Amino acid sequence: MGLNELTIHELQDKIKKKDVSARAILDDVFKRIDAVEGKVHSYITLMRDSAYDAAESADRDIRAGKANTLTGIPVAIKDIMCTKGVRTTCGSHILHNFTPPYDATVVKKLKEAGAVFVGKANMDEFAMGSSTETSWFGVTRNPWDLERIPGGSSGGSASAVAADQCIAATGSDTGGSIRQPAALCGVVGLKPTYGRVSRFGLIAFASSLDQIGPFTKDVEDCAIMMNVIAGYDPMESTSVPMEVPDYQSFIGKDIRGWTVGIPKEYFIEGIDPEVEGAVRKAIAVLEGLGAKRVDISLPHTEYCLAVYYVIAPAEASSNLARYDGVKYGYRSADGRDLLEMYKRTRSEGFGAEVKRRIMIGTYALSSGYYDAYYRKASQVRTLIKRDFQEAFKTCDVIITPTSPTPAFRIGEKTDDPLQMYLSDIFTISTNLAGIPGISVPCGYTKSGLPIGVQFLAGHFEESRLLQVAHAYEKHSGIRRRRPVI
Amino acid sequence: MKITKQEVEHVAHLARLEFQEEEKEKFTHQLNNILTYMEKLGEVDTANVEPETHAISLQNAFRGDAVRESLPHDLSLANAPDEAGSYFRVPKVIE
Repeated sequence: MGLNELTIHELQDKIKKKDVSARAILDDVFKRIDAVEGKVHSYITLMRDSAYDAAESADRDIRAGKANTLTGIPVAIKDIMCTKGVRTTCGSHILHNFTPPYDATVVKKLKEAGAVFVGKANMDEFAMGSSTETSWFGVTRNPWDLERIPGGSSGGSASAVAADQCIAATGSDTGGSIRQPAALCGVVGLKPTYGRVSRFGLIAFASSLDQIGPFTKDVEDCAIMMNVIAGYDPMESTSVPMEVPDYQSFIGKDIRGWTVGIPKEYFIEGIDPEVEGAVRKAIAVLEGLGAKRVDISLPHTEYCLAVYYVIAPAEASSNLARYDGVKYGYRSADGRDLLEMYKRTRSEGFGAEVKRRIMIGTYALSSGYYDAYYRKASQVRTLIKRDFQEAFKTCDVIITPTSPTPAFRIGEKTDDPLQMYLSDIFTISTNLAGIPGISVPCGYTKSGLPIGVQFLAGHFEESRLLQVAHAYEKHSGIRRRRPVI
Repeated sequence: MKITKQEVEHVAHLARLEFQEEEKEKFTHQLNNILTYMEKLGEVDTANVEPETHAISLQNAFRGDAVRESLPHDLSLANAPDEAGSYFRVPKVIE
């Protein structure tokens, strides 16, 4: 078994005992990358040289007895987070040559904790997609079946963790972009509460929804990553100045007496029977651990998708106005005057899905339509948030499928944007309400594709999610498999 | 039809985008499907419901008016497609 297959906490133990070196871990990671990257394509940019420099410095720290939380741990960064001196593309032609002059706060924190950055993970262009098919740099393939998508938008992060091409990764989640690919690739993915993790240096998609979170091989690793990245940042005025608990201390605690809410709106027609079966089994596991189930209702669930596809594109159309070919990124060569340069640059630099969302958003915000779309959607958003507030009066956590189906085939939904949007149907409400959500593996289909179960909790209750997710993971009785690539 | 080809052209101009004829047709069709789907929101009674723009309540975040380190000129210009001295250079704006 290669060191690349281990978890953060397993490697921490070996590092502490000086059983392994950071270099040896990195060797195994790059051996794996060299073997499978040609098939999976998890990365846009590999950082081999700087990774070996970081591993060398990690080994010095380890020898000096100064190892930090993530010292020597190879981590992948979604290519939406700025890395000083390392190209950051957001999966787009328009940023294909952009080299940030600073680190995102999350990147800085991971560096300070000793992490070794392996590379920048592939993603849907500007995080707009559910399959990583819209990346300008080509599709990422699901390690469990190379003919299928890994989910999206953080598909490269999910596949890199699933294929053991790194130990952990970062992702961003605007409507499910961490949890859905985590489910489809059989790894753990957490979207924290809005405001829990700083977004300074995260390339903005929809500012009232975006949040950064980890991808890991198990729940304990997720807690370890959260301990590193969570917290207030004076550079990010929507991050919340609130104490961060020691998330790892919730690992191993039982859930006896907890109430688990089962929202009837999330077990609907159209959900894959194998997915539903696996989630029902997970509910039984929790009951076996002494949790009580309670049926709940989130009555505005059916409007989440429509609300999201007004709000997210509206905010995106505004955020993406900055890509004008003036300050950074791609500029079209044949604009005769400023206006033409803007139009050519943006039309040549953005892909079809990004343009589609800019168009929807611009329309929804344009004169005469604002009230009918953006304002109306924001009002329904209030009702969605209230649904959750009501629900959490009667339960500690909510359980749902993460995605209605296992990984679909490459190309299956690319011609029908609405069909593609529907694959986020169980994850979007979380972002609209600003609450945290985690996806944990809960089994495999007969054909061997991973299935994920999602837990949701109230604002700033990530610790609860980690506690229930870990209890479930430990007692689920599911034997962990590894993809054969 | 929620949106016509002429409106698509107008919105494209507002968004500083341009499309080939066949792209316009395709976008008009797709945007119509998406906007029709969004009509669902009309079913919801939102009288007296305040719009939510941020999921958690945040007060204004103020900071002291103190000089802090910022990006130096050369780094600010390092990614510019075209620059001259300490300026970004762009095609001419007016005839």
